[in-house]
Order: sequence, then C-alpha cells, then structure tokens
Amino acid sequence: MEPTEAELIAAVIRGDTASFEPLIKKYQPRVFATARRYARRESEVEDIVQEVFIKAFQKLGGFRGEAPFEHWLMRLAMRTCYDFLRAHQRNRETSFTELSQPETDWLDQFVVEPDAADEHAEAARQLIGRILARLSPSARLVITLLEIEERPVKEIAQITGWSVPLVKVRAFRARAEMRKILAKITRTKYM
Amino acid sequence: MKASDLQSKLIEAARKEPLQDHVPYAFEKRIMARLAGLPPLNSWALWGRPLWRAALSCVAITLLCGLWSVMAPAPKSDNPDNFAQAFERAVYASSDQHLEDIW
Repeated sequence: MEPTEAELIAAVIRGDTASFEPLIKKYQPRVFATARRYARRESEVEDIVQEVFIKAFQKLGGFRGEAPFEHWLMRLAMRTCYDFLRAHQRNRETSFTELSQPETDWLDQFVVEPDAADEHAEAARQLIGRILARLSPSARLVITLLEIEERPVKEIAQITGWSVPLVKVRAFRARAEMRKILAKITRTKYM
Repeated sequence: MKASDLQSKLIEAARKEPLQDHVPYAFEKRIMARLAGLPPLNSWALWGRPLWRAALSCVAITLLCGLWSVMAPAPKSDNPDNFAQAFERAVYASSDQHLEDIW
C-alpha cells in the first residue's frame, strides 16, 4: 500500500528526504502551470519550480496540516512567482515596436470588426502575454488571479497575504494600468 | 475602438488558453539532486541557533554587570550610611519616637 500524503510529509520531517520525491511528482504539473503564467522563458520557469520545491522542503516543518498540503504549496508557489516578478521588474518590456505580424493582423481585425476577432487565436494569446509582461508585478499578479483565473477576492487575499481592501485597490489600479497600455498601443498604431 | 473592449477580449483569450502543465523529463530527479546537497531537516537546528544567540547575549550581559560592579566607584566616605540603614531608620522612626515617649 502506498503511503498517504500525511505519512510522506511526516517522513520528510523526520529526515527521510527520499519521501519528498512522490510529493514533487504529484504536484509539479500544477506548479509548472502556475510558473508559466508569470515567466516566459522555459529556463526561468524551471528555476521558479525548483525554488518552490526547495522552499517547500525547507519549510515543511512549519506545515501544520490545518489546510491541505496542495493549498500550502500553491501559496508558496504564488509567492515565489511574485518574488520572481519583483526581482525581474527592470527587465520588463517597455515598447511595442516588436509586435509580430499575426499580432498586428489580429489587432487590425479587432479594429475593423471587434466581434470577429477570435479570442482562441494564438496571436491574441501572444498579445495578452506581451501586455502582462509590461504590467507592474502586483498588477500582473492581481490581473492573473482575479481576471484570468477568476479567483474570489478573499482567496487572493489569503494567497498574497494582502488585505481584502488592498486586493480591491490593486485590482482597480491594475485594470487602469492595463487600459493605459492598451490605449498606448492603439494610439501609436491607429492614430 | 475602446481600450476596455480590447481588454475584455484579450482577458477572454487568456482565460481560454489551456493550462501548460507539462513537466520536463525527470525534473523531480533534478530537484532531489539539489535537495541531497542541502543539510538534512533538523527541528533542533531551528531552535539551536536562536538559543545559542540568547545564551551568548546572557553571558555578555553577566560579564558586563560583573565588570561594572568591580569597576564602579566606591560610595563617598562622608556618607557612611548605606541605603538599607537609612531606609530602616526612616521606617522605624515613628515607633522609636513612640517608645521614647513611653519611657
């Protein structure tokens, strides 16, 4: 019979490092998916995931089992991603001169006929990725959690450690920041 | 064209993007190799460092107090009473007066 998650965690805390491997195997797809929302290059994604699991291993003694391990781990993953964004804040893209041809075509189509522009299109995904990369770390985090992943404000407050009013304020500012970036694109391109 | 419409459309596009949860081959081995290089988890080690710091601080404070008591200047000779004697005299002053009145 395979050991349960609680048994594995207890074994790791007792000093059995090998018991951590099944936990990594189980949760690494979720952590990778989360990290890919905040980092573009695969090498950066791998570094984030590695850091998440190393931190989890080091802090496992502090896991009290009050919430499921998955929640605890994902909170750690989110905070690691936020730290990554803050550390790479200076490398944020600053201009839109390098829009690809499909992105330009998609924007052209949106200008002519907004409803016809397909949101499933790869170009739209690339464009939103580019816009998110220009947002400040807190704006990017809050837009991703609130708008893209559609998480409730309370949950975001728990994940980030911010208060509920602060999440709301940051969400408001993030939407405004995003609109400003979009206005800039459309102004430079269509005016 | 409204920026808010474009914003909604692009957010919708991001929502529809499938989760990219693929994992590089044997990635867990890479993490385990990194963990093998770390010191083992030891809950005593967590307490050990702060306790050692506290112990060293206590020793330092004790030594300073000892040094101060040795090096501090002696009380002035024109005031031979120490505080305990002066306090005792003040407390018993009224009773001494009472006893004198009786005799």
